[in-house]
Amino acid sequence: MELIDLNEVGAKGAIVEEADGKWGMVIDQDLCTGCQACVAACAMENNIAFVDEEDAGYGRSMQWMRIERFWEGEYPEVKMTSFQPTLCQQCGHAPCEPVCPVFAAVHSPSEELNLQVYNRCVGTRYCANNCPYQARVFNWRDYERPEPLNNQFNPDVTVRRRGVMEKCTFCIQRIHRAEDQAKSEGREIADGEFAPACAQACPADAIVFGRLDDPESQVSQLARQKRGVQLLEELGALPRVTYLKEG
Amino acid sequence: MAEMTANLERSHEEHLREQHLMLDPKPRGEMNAMVMEAMHTTSWKFWVVAVILGAIVLVGLFGSWGYMIAEGLGVAGVNRPSYWGIFLVNTVFWIGISHAGTFISAILRVFKAEFRRPFTRAAELMTTFGLVQAGFSIFMHMGRVWLAYWLFPYPNQRQLWPNFHSPLSWDLLAITTYLLASTMYLFLPLIPDLAMARDRSEGWRKNIYKVLALGFRGTEGEWTHLRNAMNIFAFAIIPVMFSVHTIVSWDFAAATRPGWNSTIFGPYFVVGALHSGMGAVIMVLAVVRGTMKNMKYFIRPEHFDAIGKLMLIISMTWAYFFFNDYIVQWYGGDKWTKTLLHWHEAGPLGWMWFLMLIVNVAIPWLVLWNKKWRSTPWIVFVVGLLINVGMYIERYIIVPISLTINRQPFTWRLYQPGIEIPLSIGTLAFFILLYMLASKFVPLVPVWEVEEGQMAHSVKKFGRETVVTVSELE
Repeated sequence: MELIDLNEVGAKGAIVEEADGKWGMVIDQDLCTGCQACVAACAMENNIAFVDEEDAGYGRSMQWMRIERFWEGEYPEVKMTSFQPTLCQQCGHAPCEPVCPVFAAVHSPSEELNLQVYNRCVGTRYCANNCPYQARVFNWRDYERPEPLNNQFNPDVTVRRRGVMEKCTFCIQRIHRAEDQAKSEGREIADGEFAPACAQACPADAIVFGRLDDPESQVSQLARQKRGVQLLEELGALPRVTYLKEG
Repeated sequence: MAEMTANLERSHEEHLREQHLMLDPKPRGEMNAMVMEAMHTTSWKFWVVAVILGAIVLVGLFGSWGYMIAEGLGVAGVNRPSYWGIFLVNTVFWIGISHAGTFISAILRVFKAEFRRPFTRAAELMTTFGLVQAGFSIFMHMGRVWLAYWLFPYPNQRQLWPNFHSPLSWDLLAITTYLLASTMYLFLPLIPDLAMARDRSEGWRKNIYKVLALGFRGTEGEWTHLRNAMNIFAFAIIPVMFSVHTIVSWDFAAATRPGWNSTIFGPYFVVGALHSGMGAVIMVLAVVRGTMKNMKYFIRPEHFDAIGKLMLIISMTWAYFFFNDYIVQWYGGDKWTKTLLHWHEAGPLGWMWFLMLIVNVAIPWLVLWNKKWRSTPWIVFVVGLLINVGMYIERYIIVPISLTINRQPFTWRLYQPGIEIPLSIGTLAFFILLYMLASKFVPLVPVWEVEEGQMAHSVKKFGRETVVTVSELE
């Protein structure tokens, strides 16, 4: 058996991947209507806990994807900016990874994604402090799941217990299923063959997902547009999500 | 005329004796008896306080902690973005408290400062008991504390090791090293006193002391070994002490957050730790002098005076580093840092920022320059208490208040402590309780060190001049 030394391979955060990465996403803020369909779809797909009203109001909501909205001025002279769906940016040089003392936040060399190993997490919450996008959510309690949603669990996704950190995975279960399907049919995954739950649910098609290392894929072409910006690009975390917004 | 001069000289000598413990020797047997008496005289008030503290520890610390483990961290006030809250405030605070113990003891021992002699033990005990509370605080904040052993590098079938890139791993190693080193450093100078206690007690106590004293009989060879060991530890523990609090500061400084990744944090935290720790030492000494028997002989105004001077210097140093940290961050001009600095002073908890500066800087500077004031136990007790309040606030500003502001304004939210409050009170009560119990079991004054000092000092007469002489013993 070949042993993998995590200090050498993944998880160090010091590993800088190819600047473009593998899987990526483009979110068109000019198309986004702020309908929150992506948020709901994400919660259903990923077995996200139902946080009660009081806790959610206190900053403990657990959406992996949130619609940020900002406005300028005082009512009634309010100027809204575009909605900004924010999720884990799957950084190529992720600040959350090196700070985890137990390798629960690790980098996957094969998918080039940031993984959170729920079984390994001991809940120091250092990764969440160090995430510049505030994309990580913590299981503050074991939340009750109201009827009849307790019957709606996705068998492909682990259910997390209290004291564990979690975050968007780019629906890694869907990536794996598509890869397995393609492999069994002896072909490569076609562009647009599958999408994460948020992209699938978006009625405005504002979210596009695909391979960034394929220059012909839709996501690469969109990301190259002049409208494209990355969040907090100056930090050098190499985020894999590009936001499109008319300057 | 000659009689008058003789009187004057005698009074000068008496004055010196009254002022300085080192010049006021007592027979060794008597001094040993005094310390033993202080240990064995226990009033009913002691037990009342101990029972109350014990109840607070059981309910506030262990009760609340158990409840929090069963329910999840939701019962505490931590949220997004204040993921750490008071738990880390307590950790940094207790490690800070534990610093002064070693600082006073090791640095003053290395520099052979004579005034240290009667209170090294009291300071070293503070180190060990403070670190116990720091350990509680850091384990408390973990989401799944029952898996805390995963932080330790132990061999396991899956070949999984802790991540040595994480400042938390450095932290754990540093604190463990410091706890072990400071416990040994506490134990070494304790051996002769344990032997003294062994020879003067009976029954089960004698048996315990017998084991702990390691058969120390006071031969020349044993003393040489002890001195060598203590010397090695005193020198070795100083860099360890500096490294530990620097590493604690790296938990913050190595992160990507505005207000945290400041390069001055290492020395700033070390000085801050000494600031609160010196305040704590002087509080402990004032309480010990006021409540325990025979302690007015050992702990005198000269000691408060000496520690008061140190406090004043450390307060000035802290003010310098605070200013440095502030001005460099401000000058950096980063948008988020500027927002944060403004939030510190002008946010809803801005009063804390001003209170911190008043009690950490203004009050010590106004009070401690005066020799009479800094020699008065109750005054320095109040100053020490205020400094500790100020340093607690300083950590509160660094952890929950700074965490409120990040680069994603959508997530900004205030932090309100929940079950952290009984937990914090519980750790404080546990610290005091441990100290009280220790004072009944361990000679709180290192008698042998005092005796050694008194042997080295003498008042001599050269002509008409009364001169204090100190001889090198080692």
